[in-house]
Amino acid sequence: MDRREAKRQEKENKRGNRQILFLTYGVLAVFLGMAGYLACFLAFDSEDVINNSHNPRQALLAERVVKGKILSADGEVLAETVTDESGKETRSYPEGRAFCHVVGRTSHSLTGIELEQCYPLLTSHNNPVKQLGNTLRGRKNQGDDVVTTLDADLQRAAYRALGNERGAVVALEPSTGKILAMVSTPTYDPNKVAQNWETLIEDSGEESRLVNRATQGLYTPGSTFKMVTAMEYLLEHPKDYGDYRYQCKGTAKYGGTKINCYDQEVHGKLDLVTSFAESCNGSFAGIGLRLNLSSFQKLCKSLYFGRELPVDMEHNKGRFVLDKNSDEAEVAQTSMGQGKTVVTPLQNAMITAMIANGGEMMAPYVVDHVESEDGRTIKQYDPKSLGQIVDDWVAEEMNEMMKAVVKEGTATSLRGLSYQAAGKTGSAEVDSDGTTNAWFVGYAPAKNPQIVVSIVVEGVGTGSRYAVPIAKKMFQEYVGS
Amino acid sequence: MNKKEAAQKLIAMFGDLNWIGVLHSIVVEASKYIIIILFAIYTWHCFTVFIGKNIERQDKIYKRQKTIMYTIHFICSLVLFLNSLSMQIIGFYLAQVLFLMFADRAYLYVYRNLSKMVMNNMLMLLTIGFLMIERLDTASAIRQMIFAAAIMFIGLFIPWLIERFSYFDRFGWVYAGIGILLLALVFVIGREQYGAKNWIVIGSFALQPSEFVKIIYVFFIAALLAKSTEFYDVVKVSAVAAVHVLILVAEKDLGAALIIFITYALILYVASQNSLYLLTAAAMGVVAALAGWKLFYHVQVRVQAWQDPWSTIDSQGYQVAHSLFAIGTGGWFGMGLGEGMPYKIPVATSDFIFSAICEELGGFFAICLILVEVSCFIMFVNIALKMTRRFYKLTALGLAVEYIFQVFLTIGGVTKFIPSTGVTLPLISYGGSSVISTMVLFFIIQGMYVLNFREEGQDETAAEPSEANEGVPQTKWGRKRDAYGSARGKKAGKRKQAR
Repeated sequence: MDRREAKRQEKENKRGNRQILFLTYGVLAVFLGMAGYLACFLAFDSEDVINNSHNPRQALLAERVVKGKILSADGEVLAETVTDESGKETRSYPEGRAFCHVVGRTSHSLTGIELEQCYPLLTSHNNPVKQLGNTLRGRKNQGDDVVTTLDADLQRAAYRALGNERGAVVALEPSTGKILAMVSTPTYDPNKVAQNWETLIEDSGEESRLVNRATQGLYTPGSTFKMVTAMEYLLEHPKDYGDYRYQCKGTAKYGGTKINCYDQEVHGKLDLVTSFAESCNGSFAGIGLRLNLSSFQKLCKSLYFGRELPVDMEHNKGRFVLDKNSDEAEVAQTSMGQGKTVVTPLQNAMITAMIANGGEMMAPYVVDHVESEDGRTIKQYDPKSLGQIVDDWVAEEMNEMMKAVVKEGTATSLRGLSYQAAGKTGSAEVDSDGTTNAWFVGYAPAKNPQIVVSIVVEGVGTGSRYAVPIAKKMFQEYVGS
Repeated sequence: MNKKEAAQKLIAMFGDLNWIGVLHSIVVEASKYIIIILFAIYTWHCFTVFIGKNIERQDKIYKRQKTIMYTIHFICSLVLFLNSLSMQIIGFYLAQVLFLMFADRAYLYVYRNLSKMVMNNMLMLLTIGFLMIERLDTASAIRQMIFAAAIMFIGLFIPWLIERFSYFDRFGWVYAGIGILLLALVFVIGREQYGAKNWIVIGSFALQPSEFVKIIYVFFIAALLAKSTEFYDVVKVSAVAAVHVLILVAEKDLGAALIIFITYALILYVASQNSLYLLTAAAMGVVAALAGWKLFYHVQVRVQAWQDPWSTIDSQGYQVAHSLFAIGTGGWFGMGLGEGMPYKIPVATSDFIFSAICEELGGFFAICLILVEVSCFIMFVNIALKMTRRFYKLTALGLAVEYIFQVFLTIGGVTKFIPSTGVTLPLISYGGSSVISTMVLFFIIQGMYVLNFREEGQDETAAEPSEANEGVPQTKWGRKRDAYGSARGKKAGKRKQAR
């Protein structure tokens, strides 16, 4: 075989090898991508994925780890696992009823923070050497603790203020969205769920002790909805809203329905601020009829009506049903907060906090961070902005109007505080017998809001009389008297 | 006997001694770290063995890999035994050791200078499969080993077979006929399982013919494209290949259809050296994928489950969601063998075995496993590069692509990297058809590798054996040439005719 032949032969043998190499690099790239994807999943996403109530592995983790504690922002124990001498573990809730809904339970399905943070509580980030030592000796490791944003004293104050009434209270920090307190009454004893289960599920009527009214209760907003109507009016009349005038005769007629002011009180000559402060129904029904319904609907959507709230809790969606086809009577009713609109106390708190925060809405959250038993922070939850919902001048104008409610309107009992508070009352009629839910949403101090409250008390009467006093107690507890 | 009962029995046997409990947890807990470290070393060697040409060093490394394999096998079996105290586990362990030792020795003898790396990887993957299936369902693992042992024995005759029939490349159209016939048979008398009609049941045996068609199909394509890549011939072969794909699509066996399509496209690309074909195939693939998604409900379901398994967790998303739960809960180090809940994963022994491995042996182990699979592929490609006959080259490449693409579909599917297509993880998943066809695939590549040596040996008179050969000492080379000297002349003549 001569040399040329050999060379030709060699070339022939190698034909296609370049293509094979090219394909091989392609395959290597894809597999590196896949391995990298798996590594990313394990490093970043897996915690959220396994913390899912459908994951059947809690029992398995509980065999190796003692569930961690749930703590208030200042370190009070809200839930802990107690092991007795025989090794039997019980989940104990030292603060009992006041925290039962927000902290949740472990018996008869998980709820609240117990559900949301189930896997972090069952995961130990202790020193690995110590962990290995424990495992080898057949001992369990201590799970991580969940530190909440809850202010224990504020929570207890709200619980005491609600007393024996049915209702709910939510308190937020407007600049961050931290949930400072969340109470729903009537409550149940989280330490005795197993014993009392039969009676707890029987009361499906008005009591509904297992329901967290703060996030799941859908209430007619009443006059608190006038905040939304007023914001839409401001947005549509940025130049001339100051010229708004209305003559209140105590009753008005729109599209065949009579709109009465509360107790048919005659408010007389009003502008926008005094209409709001006095909560004049006739005035707001008239405003509503002048609004552009599709942009009204858009504003409501941006305020999470008809959408899932951006929270990691069991909750219900608020509803706002006006559209181009709605008749006048319905528009008039809806604009003053009656009609088919419903809202949860939490959503109302978010709307109020948005105004208090200069138009920027923050996502509410209740878990501040997760820390290991030896105090290292494992995961920090940061405030999350949901965007600028309205321009800051609108928020500023709303602030003036809500201050007027306290200065000269329906919430004057808050005048006694050493700082200016702001807010809006509501008295929502829920049936034809005149049963009325009392509402108050507001914040303090108005200049530099530290706390937002959203309060609803079922079937008692007006907001001024029954909800505002609760707000006062909470402001006193959190801000000072 | 479950784990708790076993622990209690141990304590009862040795008296109420604390140390026995401690020992148990030491073995179970420490073992998972030891296994990960050992497997990482094994994987490392898969890629570093060819640095330098020191043949003694390479042989040492192959031995070390084998030691690691036996050690991992021993530790895992010990843990499985401690968790159940079942004598069956010990018996099965001994049977597996015998199997591994037999395979190792017999193949070294029969295949002479086989690729030891490929052999080690095959046995390692089989071992991992045995252990994981054993942990989930011992009876299945025993069946799996019987299949593997039988095919291991038959595989010893493959070099002999290839030697006798070196004119394998003459029957291109025959292979196509057999393939299409088998697939059509499934279409007529097949049985549906997990939404795909790809099983034939004969008595108590269930066969998945598409697994075997995959191999014949590579022969078909390689044989015809090795002869000619003229446009007219390419069109003919493409049409027949398309028939294969369409039958599989009609049987809803999407995984196999995809594998066969990709394999065809890549063999054609290498055979023709024309990127235009590759681009055309890619474009056709995209169009076909979109059409499939539009037309078939079961494709839409898979895509939905991939995009968001959480919102349909009780229906379409169930499999993927539970697979991710397992992988996530296992984390980097795993729960430890016998400590997780892999039985909660749907079809854990076959399609989703990778998730079970992730859960109990850990993410590090799983990533090493991916790398070992890649190392197998690189070895196959390496062999394809060295082949001198085009038919061998294309066959080796085609089989390599089928292997690695199937690995990609399984692992990608269970980790939510791509929509899941329901294919097995070669050599590891439980399933007679799957394990048999994959082992045959490995043997064919090994056989062609050996044969290629022999043919080359007489053309280029032992030119540079160290380059062509991945490290067989000179002495063995010489001995081998003597042993097979008689077959040489005949074959050389054939090759020249073929050209």
